[in-house]
Amino acid sequence: MSVKRKKGIAPYLVLVGLVSMALVWLFPMYIAFINSFKPEQEFIQNGVLAFPQDWDFSKFSKFWGEVNFSKKLLNSVQVSLFVALIGVVLSFLTAYAIGIGRVKGRIWILGFFMVAFTIPQEALIYPLYSVSKMLNLYDNIWSIIIIFGVMSTGFGTYLLSSVMSTFPDELLEAARVDGASPWRILRSIVLPLLRPTLFVLATMFFIFTWNEFLIPLVMLPSNDNQTVTLAMAVTTGQYTSDPTARAAAALIGFMPSVIFFLIFQRTLMRGITLGAVK
Amino acid sequence: MSTKFEQTRQYYWFAVPGVLTFATLVGGSFAYNIFLSFNEWQGIGKPEWVGLANYERLIQDRVFWISFLHAFEFILAMSIIPTALGLIIAALIYDFISKYFGNAISTFLRISLYVPQIIALPVVGILWAWMLSPNVGVINTILRNIGLDKFALNWLGQSSTAMFALSIMMIWIQIGYTIVIFISGMSRLDPYLDEAAQLDGAKWFERFRIITIPQLYPEISVVLLTTTVAALKVFGPVYVMTNGGPGDATQVPAYFSYFHFFSTLKVGYGASIATVLAMILTVLAIGLLRFQRKMGVLR
Repeated sequence: MSVKRKKGIAPYLVLVGLVSMALVWLFPMYIAFINSFKPEQEFIQNGVLAFPQDWDFSKFSKFWGEVNFSKKLLNSVQVSLFVALIGVVLSFLTAYAIGIGRVKGRIWILGFFMVAFTIPQEALIYPLYSVSKMLNLYDNIWSIIIIFGVMSTGFGTYLLSSVMSTFPDELLEAARVDGASPWRILRSIVLPLLRPTLFVLATMFFIFTWNEFLIPLVMLPSNDNQTVTLAMAVTTGQYTSDPTARAAAALIGFMPSVIFFLIFQRTLMRGITLGAVK
Repeated sequence: MSTKFEQTRQYYWFAVPGVLTFATLVGGSFAYNIFLSFNEWQGIGKPEWVGLANYERLIQDRVFWISFLHAFEFILAMSIIPTALGLIIAALIYDFISKYFGNAISTFLRISLYVPQIIALPVVGILWAWMLSPNVGVINTILRNIGLDKFALNWLGQSSTAMFALSIMMIWIQIGYTIVIFISGMSRLDPYLDEAAQLDGAKWFERFRIITIPQLYPEISVVLLTTTVAALKVFGPVYVMTNGGPGDATQVPAYFSYFHFFSTLKVGYGASIATVLAMILTVLAIGLLRFQRKMGVLR
């Protein structure tokens, strides 16, 4: 039985308060939006808050062409996709040994992977930089694919092991009694049942990698290898004299993430909460 | 018994690729970083062994201490305030909005407040440059429009306000994460307790304080741990907004070590800063986990 109450005024106050807060939170995006369509002359005359009177679409194509944004988009998609793939495969295999195989010393293995969570990237970056130079992988997007693919197994192994350790024992025992090998159990039982979770993890890796910034900044100096996120940091400096062009750049920069987020919103939220509390 | 052991042993093979690559890449790099911290090196030629010299200099470096002070200040803006606000907002959304106004509005609220989390930091940097810019920025334009000209400051350009301005930005970024975790935590709670208290006439805030919060301890502790670690590691926001300046007003350890790696080319010195930061983070994370386990929060 649920408690029936009159609505009263309190819920409306809460509604007004929270909706205003949400609008404040969206406000920086709104500012970027209106100013990216505002002709520069209008910006100088009417200021930052004014709604554009003439809509100027030229800045997008100008920015897109000047920084060769298609190339950057392609780089980012390539990096994020491969990292998601490598990260999920490596995490899945390791977590399988820990969560299903219950191998001895699994706590230590897990603890070892958790180190990735506390060590800052700054404590890895110089070695990665100098070794990749030695291996001729410097300024090559495969270097960051390998680095992020491996680094993401820290979080991935942690998350998947805790999911797998709740796997129904009877199912596994039955398979073992029937003489199924670990490899067979992985393919026929665990993988099919875990597919949705793996997809959640891949989505998270994709977005995390898309937004990564320090390591690409150090590893990918040349223009053609930049990711979207890196291009946002490096090239927008050239546009300081033209603030409306910067707004257009920001809009182009966050559109892919926002679109991806809106499509995979539910998946991502599930992953974030899955990671927080096992 | 022996078959069981045989079986377990077969499973080790599955961990080999993950453990090996991780040990090589992360473990190896960190070990190399520690080695570099005992050397003087400009990035070319041979590193020169100097023992503890880098660490001795570190202790006497005023900027090093300041940078850690700022990192701890970021705990307030990235961890404590977002956790407190996130709890209240999550409870308001869960108790009022979902109940009386339906899912559409509560989804809208969650997404709007979460969006800053998915935008890459360099883009966040551009957006907030628009907000904070001294002459044409949004905040100062609004302040001038309502006649508060004397509060229209050069937010990032002067030492006295730079940390404050960055902190506001960090709260804007972080709050979505805490809200999402807490709302999902609330959906696992038993509504019976809350309803019983409601029948007894307990006000919303009382129920929030006495019933909701204690049941959310697992979520709260995870959020505090992850955001505290993130605060001490903070790099991107400082890089895109202030480069540690003006002066050293927003200097943090991660940026400080990056600066020595790639600007002053004192690689050994940068490595020693990064090593100290890594040690502090590891000790802190282990300490917090132990504390939580002792409190019975985590199983």
